[in-house]
Amino acid sequence: MISMGQTLAEQILARASGQDRVEPGDIVTAKVDRAMSHDNTALVLQRFAELGSPEIWDPERVIIMLDHRVPANQIEVAQGHRRIREFVKARQLPNFHDLNTGVCHQVMVEQGHVGPGELILGTDSHSTSYGALGAFGTGIGATEMAGVWATGEIWLKVPGSLRFELTGALSRGVSAKDLILKVIGELGAGGANYKALEFHGPALAELSIAERMTLANMSVEAGAKAGLVPPDRVTREYLTDRLQRPLKPLRTDEEASFLASHDLDLKDLVPMVARPHGVDNVCPVTEMVGTSIDQVVIGSCTNGRLEDLRVAASILGGEQVHREVRLLIVPASTEVMGSAITEGLITIFLEAGAVVLNPGCGPCMGAHQGVLAPGERALATTNRNFKGRMGSPESEVFLASPATAAATALAGVISDPREVV
Amino acid sequence: MAGRVWKYGDDVNTDVIIPGRYLHLTEPELLATNAMADLDPSFAAGVESGDVIVAGHNFGCGSSREQAVSCLVAAGVGAIIAGSFARIFYRNGLNLGLPLVVSEEALALFEKGHEVKVDLEGGLVENLSTGDRVRFPPFAGYVKELLEAGGSIPLIRQRLKGRG
Repeated sequence: MISMGQTLAEQILARASGQDRVEPGDIVTAKVDRAMSHDNTALVLQRFAELGSPEIWDPERVIIMLDHRVPANQIEVAQGHRRIREFVKARQLPNFHDLNTGVCHQVMVEQGHVGPGELILGTDSHSTSYGALGAFGTGIGATEMAGVWATGEIWLKVPGSLRFELTGALSRGVSAKDLILKVIGELGAGGANYKALEFHGPALAELSIAERMTLANMSVEAGAKAGLVPPDRVTREYLTDRLQRPLKPLRTDEEASFLASHDLDLKDLVPMVARPHGVDNVCPVTEMVGTSIDQVVIGSCTNGRLEDLRVAASILGGEQVHREVRLLIVPASTEVMGSAITEGLITIFLEAGAVVLNPGCGPCMGAHQGVLAPGERALATTNRNFKGRMGSPESEVFLASPATAAATALAGVISDPREVV
Repeated sequence: MAGRVWKYGDDVNTDVIIPGRYLHLTEPELLATNAMADLDPSFAAGVESGDVIVAGHNFGCGSSREQAVSCLVAAGVGAIIAGSFARIFYRNGLNLGLPLVVSEEALALFEKGHEVKVDLEGGLVENLSTGDRVRFPPFAGYVKELLEAGGSIPLIRQRLKGRG
């Protein structure tokens, strides 16, 4: 007998395509709730012009941000930003966040552009982040976005889902980043291709929206189309005063059928790192302890939130960054940075010898700040460590949690944060 | 279509296809000059129109950057045959009219420099250097429409026109 339950992904895509239920493998034409694009809106505009620059289907639902290279670092980038600002002005688009707001995914969630049960598309692969609030968030390209602007619709294949049942509690010095690195290591870089991840279990009640965003954000590093956390009390509390529209119904269906289920006891987790040059090249930090590091980056849409900065500050407070390490701190948004100032975290970072950068994508993709020279090695709380990701193809990037990053910045070599927290 | 094979392994990511440091470029020719920069520095100078990439699983994983497709198209790549594609790259490829063929078997049958012929309508990949042949299910439905139209822009233009 076919189970009548529906996964979160199935429920959302059924609603968005006006059907009672859908099955994995179905191709649906879905109505888009929100469409986000960042600096690459410049490319969307080019494609939109090729479509004949039609009316935008619903300007309220289009969100445009500048975050990837802000302030502009090259003339071509500045030209792109300028074209975007001119378009926003000409079309009187109501939801534009200029360079003073933060990383797109953080801003989307903070500014109430994401609601549970909604279908949110972004021209950025880490649009899976919106799953932290129980939205189906996924990445598309610029040409596809031009089509969404024109029609408000997209065709999607309904993904099967992998269920992760989380029990237990994280140990001291261990975080959601270590959890998702562990998951990606087990699934492999393509292990969840065309699938959705769904996180469940009693441990979720203790995971903040910040931690859930880390999980949802990096789901795409296993190839996932979406990474979803069912909305609960934590979600509703977070969205109070943020989301200005009614929540779409979404239920946790015990009858839903999954491609596979994995049980994870969080108390068994240890700090993890992803080694160069693959996000799934994961091992416990203990295997890499002592590896020398030139640059540490704490920030990004993965781990640049207030909770992450608090962890880093708790380790860096009263200490000095190793003299041969450059520590770069990039708050994920202006809201995060403001709170970090109020809480005294920014002062702690500056006194420890860190460089604090403006909110944005910063050094994450090797195009703006903090670029690595040949032979240099970085440890970052970001989400990708592909060859050349942060600069020279002869440089290396390790990925880890904010606690591991802070401990490493002090020691100058990869360090186990459990020894300093 | 026919050309020479460029062969790569699993998990070829969009950062090595077109590194972030080149994403400010907007001219297709300049993107083409830097295609595959961090994977195979010999590619951009050696690739010729109609050449085919044969790769392993999860081709195009990573970012949503469409330039990972457009740099290959501008460089002359006629098709990519891979064990599997990462989903955003797959959509981007079809939306820009680049034929992407999923074949588990092809990888073992091709080496760099082999001559290859791809028959999209017939669903046949032929190694002209060895005589090996691999079948694949020909494109159907929306994917076929997309490729025949030359990508999603012409297709959506037609649809918008229809709405009048």
